[in-house]
Amino acid sequence: MATVIIPTPLRKFTNNTARLEVGAGTIHDTVQELTLNFPDLKKHLLDEGGNIRSYVNIFVGSDDIRNLQQEKTSVGKDTVISIVPAIAGGSPSGFTKEELARYNRHIIIPGFGMEAQLKLKAAKVLVIGSGGLGSPVLLYLAAAGVGTIGIVDFDVVDDSNLQRQVLFGIDEIGKPKVEAARRRLASLNPYIQLKIYNTHLNSQNAMDIIREYDVIADGTDNFPTRYLVNDAAVLLGKPNVYASIFQFEGQVSVFNYKGAQGNPGPNYRDLYPTPPPPGLVPSCAEGGVLGVLPGIIGSLQALEVIKVITGVGDTLSGRFYIFDALNFESRTFNIRAREDNPVNGKNPTITALIDYEQFCGMRAVEEAPLKEITAKELYDLQVRGEKFQLIDVREPHEFDIVNIGGELIPLGTIVENAGKIDTDKKVVIHCKMGGRSAKAIRELEEKFGFKNLYNLKGGILSYIDEVQPELTKY
Amino acid sequence: MIIIEPPVRELMIEDAVNTFPDECCGFLFGREETDGTRIVIDILVVDNFKEGDKTRRFEISPIDYMTAEQHALDHDWTLLGVYHSHPNHPAIPSEHDRKAAQPYFSYVIISVLNNEIITLRSWLLNEEQQFEEEKIADYQFT
Repeated sequence: MATVIIPTPLRKFTNNTARLEVGAGTIHDTVQELTLNFPDLKKHLLDEGGNIRSYVNIFVGSDDIRNLQQEKTSVGKDTVISIVPAIAGGSPSGFTKEELARYNRHIIIPGFGMEAQLKLKAAKVLVIGSGGLGSPVLLYLAAAGVGTIGIVDFDVVDDSNLQRQVLFGIDEIGKPKVEAARRRLASLNPYIQLKIYNTHLNSQNAMDIIREYDVIADGTDNFPTRYLVNDAAVLLGKPNVYASIFQFEGQVSVFNYKGAQGNPGPNYRDLYPTPPPPGLVPSCAEGGVLGVLPGIIGSLQALEVIKVITGVGDTLSGRFYIFDALNFESRTFNIRAREDNPVNGKNPTITALIDYEQFCGMRAVEEAPLKEITAKELYDLQVRGEKFQLIDVREPHEFDIVNIGGELIPLGTIVENAGKIDTDKKVVIHCKMGGRSAKAIRELEEKFGFKNLYNLKGGILSYIDEVQPELTKY
Repeated sequence: MIIIEPPVRELMIEDAVNTFPDECCGFLFGREETDGTRIVIDILVVDNFKEGDKTRRFEISPIDYMTAEQHALDHDWTLLGVYHSHPNHPAIPSEHDRKAAQPYFSYVIISVLNNEIITLRSWLLNEEQQFEEEKIADYQFT
């Protein structure tokens, strides 16, 4: 007699018997004998056609009968046969009821539909820069249901951002942009994954970060980073949806996008083989930008990201779009791959990331550490009655909420008011949390050569915590 | 009702979090009281044998299954069921779970949202081949 080992879930159909003796023959005979003696087993072992169910495995000794003679595998008198249920499952691959309701207006568009929406859910997009362009890009991609969004930014939210960076509000001033962005986006769409990188993208980390994603959206504001993002995207074979803005003008394109033909389209280096001389093209921080412009251009960038992911429509690959807000004119140029492109032309000379600051002619100057003073030390100064000047670089509405007797000179006006700042005694500068005051000190040191400025560590909030807890925190 | 001893619960959650964003899986061992209450005393963590997308699917190899049956026998326990995780999805059985589900087994699902929010629920197949929730008891020391 051969032995059949019945798995635990099926034992209730065999009078709780784990081991059954059956006659010799083939596996087919064994199964017939079992289902004859225990009719309830039948529907668990055999399908409607009388064949062994796909999720039932039968082992002879330690071999699956699929690797032997299937049902014809012979059963000797000492054979041990194990019935092994396939244990499998998984989470729903489609959408939950809530997601279906949320994405309904996408799903009902002819030519978009469930298929495109599923592609969005499966997509991983890295948005580099969460400022003016990043704000609409992130908001729309998150709302659209892009399954995984990575955000790279090193900066903290500043008052001067709020004129265009609609991701942030006044409560976030002084906080890291990526964290503020994550909070806002998570509250907009809880069905997506957000990954944040509170860091400068550089030649050391770019490949590792970008490698994880399917599509890159470059919303950076400087040339070294644009070349860096471009080269990393080309080296890793990722499409790079590019946009930039300045004053009243915006540009959009899709770089390194493999269309149906399979050849990657032109990239940033085909359009701009060499960077402009340093200082020739000012950044938005220096030259300004109309607040609504990144809203327009960033939305176009989000649109192209969605088209790249879903394959719906024709992308801007091989084309370059310019929008002039002042005259309300749009132009689209064709761009072609250049044979002398150093990354993917005929004779590539760049096979790994290079030093992009150097390439763009600007060596970053190592920032010297600021002189700092803690809240306790400031208090000691006050108690000792030592002569010093206290300057508050926050905005008047913040000053009205709470102040510690500092002279109010908002950050934006610090340069024109430099004359009010003492040069011959200790000057302590503070803001809410220490970010804006650090900027003020750097500016004053750089432009006027001050050497007596001290940043209040942790700003007025720290002072309230440590010295005067009865004051209002905001 | 199913009672999961706290250290066992911790082990399951640990497996689910460590495996995130992939699905984890393993077996539940213990005993069944005469009133049908199940008490999970130990688990056996096994590899997710699924080829392809492990973030949405799990599969246990037949060899691991046979090991689990033998493990139960060796310890004089009952193989009570299977646990697996749903990364970023609720702890509710999917259609894939239902199709492949075995009678008798408790299916404990651990929902892990963004690798931090954990929910455990247990499910049992009824006669109509549909899942019914099996209450997980709040463990009480007596």
